[in-house]
Order: sequence, then structure tokens, then C-alpha cells
Amino acid sequence: MTVEAATIDSGTSNPLLRLWRNKETRGVIIQIATIAAIFAFIAWLVTNAIANLEELGKGFSFSFLWDASNYDIGFSPFIDFNSQSPHLTAALVGLQNTLLVAVWGVVLATILGFIIGVLRLSKNFLMNRLAYCYVELIRNVPVLLWILLVHGAVVGNLPQIRDFRGLEGLEDMNFFFTNRGLYMPAPEFQPLAWAAFAAFIAGIVGAYMYAKRAKAKQEATGEISPVLWVSVGLIVGLPVVVFVVTGLPWEWSSPELKGFNFQGGFVIKPEFMALWLALSIYTSSFIAEIVRAGIQAVSHGQTEAAHALGLRHNRALQLVIIPQALRVIVPPLTSQYLNLTKNSSLAIAIGYYDLVATIGGISLNQTGREMECMIIVLLTYLTISLLISAFMNWYNNRIKLVER
Amino acid sequence: MSDTTVQQSSYPPGQHPDLPPPKNLVGPVAWVRDNFFGSITDTVLTLIGLYLLYLIIPGMLNWTIFDAVLNADSKQACRAAGDGACWALIEERFLFSIYAFYPAEEWWRPNIAFVLLFVALGPILFDKFPMRRHAFIFSVIYPFLAGWLLLGGWGLKPVSTELWGGVMLTLVIGVTGISASLPIGILLALGRASRLPAMRVVCTAFIEFIRGVPLITLLFVASTMLNYFLPPGTYFDLLLRVLIMVTLFAAGYVAEVIRGGLQSIPKGQYEAADAMGLTYWQSMRLIILPQALKVSIPGIVNTFIGLYKDTTLVLIIGLLDVLGVMRSSLADPKWNGLAYEAYVYTAVFFFISCFAMSRYSIYLENKLHTGHKR
Repeated sequence: MTVEAATIDSGTSNPLLRLWRNKETRGVIIQIATIAAIFAFIAWLVTNAIANLEELGKGFSFSFLWDASNYDIGFSPFIDFNSQSPHLTAALVGLQNTLLVAVWGVVLATILGFIIGVLRLSKNFLMNRLAYCYVELIRNVPVLLWILLVHGAVVGNLPQIRDFRGLEGLEDMNFFFTNRGLYMPAPEFQPLAWAAFAAFIAGIVGAYMYAKRAKAKQEATGEISPVLWVSVGLIVGLPVVVFVVTGLPWEWSSPELKGFNFQGGFVIKPEFMALWLALSIYTSSFIAEIVRAGIQAVSHGQTEAAHALGLRHNRALQLVIIPQALRVIVPPLTSQYLNLTKNSSLAIAIGYYDLVATIGGISLNQTGREMECMIIVLLTYLTISLLISAFMNWYNNRIKLVER
Repeated sequence: MSDTTVQQSSYPPGQHPDLPPPKNLVGPVAWVRDNFFGSITDTVLTLIGLYLLYLIIPGMLNWTIFDAVLNADSKQACRAAGDGACWALIEERFLFSIYAFYPAEEWWRPNIAFVLLFVALGPILFDKFPMRRHAFIFSVIYPFLAGWLLLGGWGLKPVSTELWGGVMLTLVIGVTGISASLPIGILLALGRASRLPAMRVVCTAFIEFIRGVPLITLLFVASTMLNYFLPPGTYFDLLLRVLIMVTLFAAGYVAEVIRGGLQSIPKGQYEAADAMGLTYWQSMRLIILPQALKVSIPGIVNTFIGLYKDTTLVLIIGLLDVLGVMRSSLADPKWNGLAYEAYVYTAVFFFISCFAMSRYSIYLENKLHTGHKR
């Protein structure tokens, strides 16, 4: 082989042609050419950008992030924001709102998706047809359309605030569905509540240690301990007991109608509700299909084998079926979570202040710093995506089938 | 009972004809019982299902059909005539939702382009198409032909892309994105699976970047930033910028799907191709890609359905696709507030096209299952 290759190579006297005919050197030449071309392209883009920015007299700097933003964000549950806050805070509020709707969306989409996915496999003809219709109807319509439709339904169908004025028994009501949001009582904790919070943390630590010891014990003696119930007791029960013992240190602050609006309490904005519902419903149709495929991927022989080993149905599900189904379900599920997070950027269509709407929208228009704002937005989304992918790779490696 | 014993005795062992199944296990009654009332959970589920149907169906029928208003010239007239949907809006806006601002006397051009689209798609989609090999030539020239028909020039009246909109724009973006992203996606996937490290790094970085950011941010880049990266003074049509971004976006996803297909090809196939003395491109074209693409077709079609639905996002940067057109008609004081009608109409349009695509994907999957089915 090498002899032949050598004779072919020496067949030509042109040294350059000889280099090109050798597989290894050709690879190197191609790579160098590619990298050179890409660098030249990037250099061309950057020169153009510099020339264009100079022409406009803009320059490239992130110092605008510390200037006052001069706009208001109507929805910021955790970060204080007013028109004097800098653009950097606006970006953080946007990130907070993006993550908020993404996390709640993931929770609801997962619950809905698993229910629909299981119903899709149900032997009940009516239910599995209904689930099929749900999935096909939802996933064949664009998510932006769902967002607009749900937003229209939420804003259009809920009563206006002025409809509540003069309503009988208004003082006794605690929840108000209005087209400006869902108003509900908010708990106000008193200082002593930290004890319950500490108990909650202690409960998590305790449950973790108990689960570890129970596993060691089961591996040594085969004895199974009631890990689930003990954990629930430690994580939920302990804080509740501490809370009661310290004398229920909280108060409800109910929303009250004052002037043109409700004051006090906690409010969920209609934009958040619309985006949250639309994203969850849309993603749940995809999750339902993933769950169905995952459960179907576990062969029936596995169930039979588990029963033959003498496992009861619940234990068979818990130890044999679900772990194998999860191996199929989790990777596409994570990418659906990622899609949900990215789709939350459509918030801008209904005026929810997410990352794209704040720093990539209003801040961009006010400061005229397209380049800097878009770089911040793109990098933030990239970071979120890469973090989720990193988690997915870690999880995949952990549950991978260990073969020979 | 005695009857069967008599019959049994008259047959040699193993020769008895099959007895009919017991009466209570066949027929409609048994089917209903098995499928609806098999167990307590089943019965509960059936009742819940019936209740859901009761909640949804009558209201929906009333709204869409029985109480709907077909002829009216404004929302007020509609509301006066009935409580249901005001389809008069759709009636008035139907043509607008298809052509938007495209000049009416030139509508024959998008019409011809639309009909020819199916002629061009035929040989690609169905292998029993008559004279498939020759028809492919038409499929290749179709994009240029359609571009000429829609844009004008060379004897036709030029129509600026700013006037494009509605279903026509949705189809232009969708079809261009779909057909242009496949070759780019294949190249990216090959690059990512290449043995040359530089190629691998470049393609992986590009794919991960595309997949890591939402399409809407890329569209913002196209609409606000792209001109900064071009030589000063160049102007570049917004629709073209959007088409480029949508194509690159879809290509990143297609590349990932094809990478999965490439990974499913056993190493022996690569080695066999090398042993035959095929060059890299020959072995890819003749051995690897046909197999890899076959495996990845369902994923590719899913990506395309996603891309087609994502064309609605262009309304956020000011292009009026079919959703944008319908949404803009809500701003008309005459029809203000008829959000449901406008959105339901758009939803039906997307549902029909996407459902058709997903059916086609299932048809292909069945057709291409030649020995890989486990």
C-alpha cells in the first residue's frame, strides 16, 4: 500500500502537485485555506463595521449600560426598577422575566405533556382520540399565533377593573381576575419566619443523608427503607411544624380597590399569564409525543421479565420501565425545554418585558446601540443554551447504558 | 354442550374447525365495553371525555357555524346580527390575506408561480411522477423562474418586495428557507463529521451558535445590524436579509438532524467505500449520504414544519406575512376587536399546510423503510 502510494506520488515531478495528492498534506492545506478564508471574512466584516460606525460617529462601547434607562418596566417581581435605573438593570430585569416565564412554562408544559402523552397511549378510545386531536391541533399552529390568541382571550374576556367598583361583598373577596392581571393575597412574613426557612434547609440536608444511608443499608442487607415518606416528612413536615410552633409568623395582605387600580397583594400580569399558558400548551404537545415514544420504546418483554422476577406492578414501573423510558425521553425533553426558553423571546409581540424586549428592544431604540445590545442578548441566550446542553450531556453520560 | 361433544367425537384430533368466539366478546357492544368501560378508571376517563366534548363541541359549533355572521360590513353590524363568529371580516380580507399589497392587475404572476410550485415539487416528492428525470430540470430552474415572475423585470412590470405579503410572503419565505437550507445543512453536517479538526471546529461553532439563540434575535440582527457589516453605502433588501437569516437558521437545525443520520451509518460502510477506491466526495455522494439522509428524513421534515411555522416571526420586524396581514386588519376601526376570527382563520391555514407536511413525512417513512425497521 505504502509502496504503491509512493510510486504514484513520485509519478509527477511537480512538488506542489505531489503535496496535493498526499491525503495528509492535502488535509492540512484545506484546513489552512478554510481558516484563512474565515479570518479574511471576519476581518472584512469588522473593517466594514468600524467604517460604518465611524461614519455615524458612534464608536463601540458598553458604557451606556450605566446610563439611566428613562423607561418603566411594568413587570419586575424581584428586582426594583424605575426609570432612573441603568440599562444594565433593565437587562437583568429582562433576564429575570425570561427565566421566570421559562421555569414556570417548563413546569406546566411537563405536567400537561406527561398527562396527554399517557392518555395518548390509553386503551380508552375516546381519551386517546381526544389526546391525539389536542397534539395535532396544537403543534401544527405556530407558537406566535398561540401567544397572540391566548393574549387576546385573556385581555378580551376578563372583566375590567372598573367592573369591580361598587360590587357587593368586595371586602370579603381575595382573588380578582381582571384584564390588568390576576390580583391575589401575598403572604407577608415576619422576622421569626426565618426559623421555618432554616428548618426547610435542614429538612433537605436530612433527607439527602437519610437517602444515602438507606441506599447503603439496602446494598448491605437488602432491607428497603421508606425513603419517600421520610423525605416528605423532613422537607415538608418539619418546616410546617416549626412554623406552627413559632406562632404562624405571617400575614396575608389582600389587594384592595383604591382609585383606578388594586393596591397591595400580589399581581400576575396578563402578559405573563398569556405567554406562560401559550408556551406551556404549545410545548406540552411536543412533550406528549416524546413521552408516548419513550414509553413505547420500552419493549413489552421488560414488563413481563420484571413481573417474572416477582416485582409488583408499582415496583416494576419504578425500577424497570420508567428508568428505561426516561433514557429515551430526557434528551429530546431537554431540547424542548430549550425551545420553550427561546420561544419566550416572542414575548415582545404582546408586550411582556423579557430580555429581547428590554435590552434588545427599548434600550436599543433609545440608545441606538444596536451592536452592543444585540451582542448582550445573543451571548445571554447562548449561555443559557450551553448550560442546558451541558446539563443534558452530563445526564446522558450518567444514564448511558454501560456496555462491554 | 352435548352438541359440541357429539361434533368433537366425529373429527380426528386437530381437525376440528374453529369455533366462533363467544357472543359477548365480539360485535359493537363488546367493542364499546372494551374501549370505554373496561375498568373503573376507563369509565371515569370516558365520562371526563364526554364531559369535555359536551363543553367544547356545542359552543364551538354555535360560534363557528350556527350563530356566525357571513354578511356584514363592520363589527357593529356583525354583533347586531348574531353572537357567533363574524366571518364577514374574513370574507372582506380574504384576497388581501393572500396577496397583501401586490398590485391586483399582476396577481396572475403569483398565481402562476404557485401552480408551477406544485409542478416543481412533484418530481421531488413522488417517485412515480411521469418523466421524473426530465421534470427534475424544471425543479432546478423553478426558483429562478418564480423569482422572475414575482419580482418582475425583463418585460414584466417590477414589483418591489415591500409590497409582498400575506400567504404569498409566507410561501416565499417558507419555500426558499426549506429548499436552500437542505444543501447548506448537508455541508455543515459533513463538516461537523469531518476528520479535519479545523473544519469540525468551524462547523460545530456555527451550528451551536445558530441553535443556541432564538430566531427572533437573528431576525433583529438582520433588520438592525446587518447593514453595519457591509461596505458603507450598500443597501440590501430587507426580505433578502430575512431570507438569508431564515435559511441559515434552518440549516443549523437540518445539520444536526443529518449528523444523527451520519452517526447511525456503521463504520464498515465508510471503510468499504474507501476500499473501493472512492474519493471523499464520491463515497459521500454514492454510499454514505443516501443512507444517512434516508434515516434522517422524518427529522428533516419536522425541521421544515418548524421553519414554516417560524415564518410568522417576520411580523415582529415589520414584514406582513399571513398572520401579520390578519393582525393588521384588527387595527382597522371597522373590524377592531375581532381577534378570534382573524387568528382562527390563520390557524386553519397553518394547520392545513403543516398537517399535510406531517402526513407526507409519515408516507415517506413507510416508503423508505427498506430493511432498517427493527
